[in-house]
Amino acid sequence: MMQMAVRDVPLLNVDDLVVEYGLGNKTVHAVSGVSLQVARGETLGLVGESGCGKSTLGRAVLQLRRAKSGRVLFDGEDLTAMEGEALRKMRRRVQLIFQDPIASLNPRRRIGDIVAEPLIIAGVKDAAERKHRVHDVLAAVGLDPDLVSGRLPHEFSGGQCQRICIARSLVLNPEFIVCDEPVSALDVSIRAQILNLLEEMKARFGLTLLFIAHDLAVVKAVSDRVAVMYLGRLCEVGPSEQLFAKPAHPYTGLLLQAIPVPDPDVRPAESVATGEPPSPIAPPSGCRFRTRCPRADQRCSAEIPELREVAPGQFAACHHPLA
Amino acid sequence: MPLLTIEDVAVELPTPRGNLRAVDRVDLSLEAGRTLGIVGESGCGKTMLSRAVLQLLPKKAKLTGRVMFDGVDLVRLDSERLRQLRGRDLAVVFQDPMTSLNPVLTIGTQLMETIQEHLELDVAAARARSIELLAAVGIPAPEQRLAQYPHQCSGGMRQRIAIAIALSCEPKLLIADEPTTALDVTIQAQILDLLAREQRRRHMAMIIITHDLGVVAGRADEVAVMYAGRVVERAPTPALFKRMHMPYTEALLAAIPKLETAPHTPLPAISGRPPDPTRPLKGCSFAPRCRYAGARCHEAKPELKAAEMPDHLYACFHPIPVTEEVGA
Repeated sequence: MMQMAVRDVPLLNVDDLVVEYGLGNKTVHAVSGVSLQVARGETLGLVGESGCGKSTLGRAVLQLRRAKSGRVLFDGEDLTAMEGEALRKMRRRVQLIFQDPIASLNPRRRIGDIVAEPLIIAGVKDAAERKHRVHDVLAAVGLDPDLVSGRLPHEFSGGQCQRICIARSLVLNPEFIVCDEPVSALDVSIRAQILNLLEEMKARFGLTLLFIAHDLAVVKAVSDRVAVMYLGRLCEVGPSEQLFAKPAHPYTGLLLQAIPVPDPDVRPAESVATGEPPSPIAPPSGCRFRTRCPRADQRCSAEIPELREVAPGQFAACHHPLA
Repeated sequence: MPLLTIEDVAVELPTPRGNLRAVDRVDLSLEAGRTLGIVGESGCGKTMLSRAVLQLLPKKAKLTGRVMFDGVDLVRLDSERLRQLRGRDLAVVFQDPMTSLNPVLTIGTQLMETIQEHLELDVAAARARSIELLAAVGIPAPEQRLAQYPHQCSGGMRQRIAIAIALSCEPKLLIADEPTTALDVTIQAQILDLLAREQRRRHMAMIIITHDLGVVAGRADEVAVMYAGRVVERAPTPALFKRMHMPYTEALLAAIPKLETAPHTPLPAISGRPPDPTRPLKGCSFAPRCRYAGARCHEAKPELKAAEMPDHLYACFHPIPVTEEVGA
């Protein structure tokens, strides 16, 4: 019974999170009431177009951007209520990998020092111990520790830099990693290597991942469940296979339809004239997707759709879900 | 006669580490009204090749070979004639619409400047044509847009404006260099559709340069795959995807995550990375990463040539046999 209860508690529970930015005298509604859970050992993919708030959500989870309201429960503890030392301690268990691997490494520092830095911040005083841990993670991500430790970031390609970033994120043995577009700056042939590496590391270190990306196929490749975001709100969340096979939210449908398929027999569907996303400074009333949605009616502008279960485990926030 | 013929074009760039061979003896041709896709990863030379066609290479670059466009060799053309040609018969759309538009000039000024430079139209006629063009590329309220600046438009709108400028003088050839890479996926589909529609309507030849095989699959008549400065396979689009011969093409297609694949399926990644372009390999550039490579591949460079089909060229000593349908 006890074990059941432990398993049922998600490692990450984001509850009605609201994040806003000030822009002059205007307000950017970046994340407007998002709730989601990530179970221990799960990968949750988070997709959406630029400006939908997916990166802001990732940063708000780590408290790099403080929320206006709502809670972020990690392993049962509310990160939004934490400050100072308590938050720093908690951050050792939660790491972040960024999109641009070259920009996220200090160009003047040697790889060995870059990867050891989190250990120093965490107070690992024993230099031999640090060296040992750095050696282990560099080897784990497929780099030769003796060869790379003394070198500088500019001596490495984008793919190798991303390996170094992954090593740095693993060195403190975290439980949870937010991956923010970790492969979108990489070439196709390198992208596959890094996606495989992330999967390997996840299995080996028992990680839980929040995987943020704009590419649906990339997200599907690594995610157990996928959440789709549009203009600060969650449209749909569900098991990857199910969501991709039977999207319920028209926006998920549009995204799937818009992906160019590398098969000449698949004639690209003439894109539905759907315009562009409105500004998050003045998001539409009701359903935020309604201005581009072929199914929208009066109810969609009057009433914000709640996430409802449309199939087992699959939730969509839509008044007129796809059949 | 093809509209564009690229003959034995090579581009070398001097670097502190020695000469970098960005484009290595490329031959390509394109008929009016047709679309050629050039696909490859970063550093494969696809952009340098397009710059060679446009004669927009860096000053230090050394170009050899011929670029025959509409009967004239662009390589030997004087700068004044080139300037007349570019923007009129030869247009380009770049990846980043923010940097290709001038931030301090209104959209109207930029459109009308191009139109009046190349066509003999007065201000009123140029303005009317600008409005017409903006409407054609799907910009709502085009008259109001003329007075706006690029920063007042979204990325997708800016790319539409860049396309409107490129189309303004009815070019014979449009080069689109990663036209949708900076855009979101729903906007990407709209822009690709727009390009295809305008191309058909104007019977224009088009070169789409991209790293994404998905972008060219349904939209190019012919595809050239580049690797380490060379074209390694070139074929009509269906043949390239269905009966590819070059192991690099196969590996590139396999490495793309597919929507149909179940989650957590390991991707067939290509090991290693492209060779250092300042240290050319003696043999096939892909050999160190190729699972079919034999001793000969490391010793000699395979020529790009046709075998079974006259229009299907590949550069490989151990091509993938055609007996079975590969891919997908």
